[in-house]
Amino acid sequence: MTDKIFEPTIIGFTCNWCSYRASDLAGTARMKYAPNVRLIRMMCSGRLDPTFVLRALSGGADGVMITGCHPGECHYIEQNYKALRRFLLLRRVLAGLGIEPERVKLVWASAAEGARFASETTAFVEEIRKLGPLNWGKPVAQLENLQEEISKLEEVSA
Amino acid sequence: MNPKPKFAMYWAASCGGCEIAVLNIHEKILDVDANFEVVFWPVAMDAKYKDVEAMEDGSILLTLFNGGIRNDENEHIAKLLRQKSKILVAFGSCACEGCIPGLANLSPVGEIVHTAFNTLTTDNPHEIYPRTTFDVPEGELHIPKLSKVLRPLDQVVDVDYYMPGCPPESHQIAAVIDLVIDVLHGKANLPPKGATIGVGNSTVCDECPRTRNIKFIKEFKRIQDIAPVDPNLCLLEQGIPCNGPATRSGCNSRCPNAGAQCIGCYGPAEGVMDYGARLITAFSSVIDANTPAEIEHILDGIPDPTGQVYRFNLAGSLLKASQDAWKVK
Repeated sequence: MTDKIFEPTIIGFTCNWCSYRASDLAGTARMKYAPNVRLIRMMCSGRLDPTFVLRALSGGADGVMITGCHPGECHYIEQNYKALRRFLLLRRVLAGLGIEPERVKLVWASAAEGARFASETTAFVEEIRKLGPLNWGKPVAQLENLQEEISKLEEVSA
Repeated sequence: MNPKPKFAMYWAASCGGCEIAVLNIHEKILDVDANFEVVFWPVAMDAKYKDVEAMEDGSILLTLFNGGIRNDENEHIAKLLRQKSKILVAFGSCACEGCIPGLANLSPVGEIVHTAFNTLTTDNPHEIYPRTTFDVPEGELHIPKLSKVLRPLDQVVDVDYYMPGCPPESHQIAAVIDLVIDVLHGKANLPPKGATIGVGNSTVCDECPRTRNIKFIKEFKRIQDIAPVDPNLCLLEQGIPCNGPATRSGCNSRCPNAGAQCIGCYGPAEGVMDYGARLITAFSSVIDANTPAEIEHILDGIPDPTGQVYRFNLAGSLLKASQDAWKVK
């Protein structure tokens, strides 16, 4: 194995009432999809605090997938709309920090859409694979030694 | 008579506003003098680093440290004062969370130097940049080296207490000084280590006297584009991105009282891990639209979302700096 393929680490947040069951359905139906996503179940996509996404990215995740019920189908009436708004604003903030907005994805998947969940997951993994590793955790760990790594741009001879 | 306990105050990457806030406690500064011996305070008195280096470890009772850590000199003094001080307080927003100097973490360090020395405001045709070492007949001269990113104090040394604010309000400083003096006289106990002192435990909204209703935001606007601003109605409700919902109380909602939006200088409210994330949640909850196109249109009203939600907190946030700043080799 000389050419090591980059395997992205992806954190997926799923809604208890739809997308978590979709992933369950995909599993019981033996559908194949990329194994890179670590799923975390929440009661609703509206529970998704953007802190969770930032925590994932700063802790070494290469991408974050947020999944919830289709618009109009939220178990809690309209919380998935709040998730949508948070997602859109969060992407803008991440763009300002130089993080490709594509690293965070929002997918609507009902409990019946196991196939959709599987295909969207695989597509997202491939997209992140193309973007490459985010490596956010590493520079933070290197901070202690940063004095040696200071930009050469800083010292330009006159 | 026992010698008076020692007091120090230092500024790293900061503006000097914190020192002014300390002097703004007016005659209470006499209490400081009566109870403490000021041993090191570069803004107010002459002292050399070597004098501090010669002190016994832990011999300074209280050090108020303001400013973030931007270069190797800041880092050296932070470590030195940690070693010499019993109680080290991250004083002011810069030391707590980076503050405005922390916004430089959006840019790579080379670009910061370039902007300062070779753009519109500085005529520099020969591209002369400061060097960190320089040989002169008398020997080698050094100026501090800039680091890749600015760090709040607690990312460099152990911090005992945090006192946020840009600057901390003088009445809060006075209250903290009273507390420390009471502790000296055995009349009070110190708060638990790691506590945020001289603050409230709620949000700015909680202290704000403006009327609040259920919010439906159809449009975000900058305050100068609204005329007139309703003096009694919640600013966020009027479409002005006000940072109150995520910001710690303690200032008595000074800015909203004066007719301006809260910009978040008191940092994250109690229990908030990432200030920006909390503000994203707050703003998103009040946007009155459910289709992506409409939401995006409303969000266009916030021209710099990253600067808006991380104005004071970037260096202390979960991501701490932009990708470009991190990637500098």
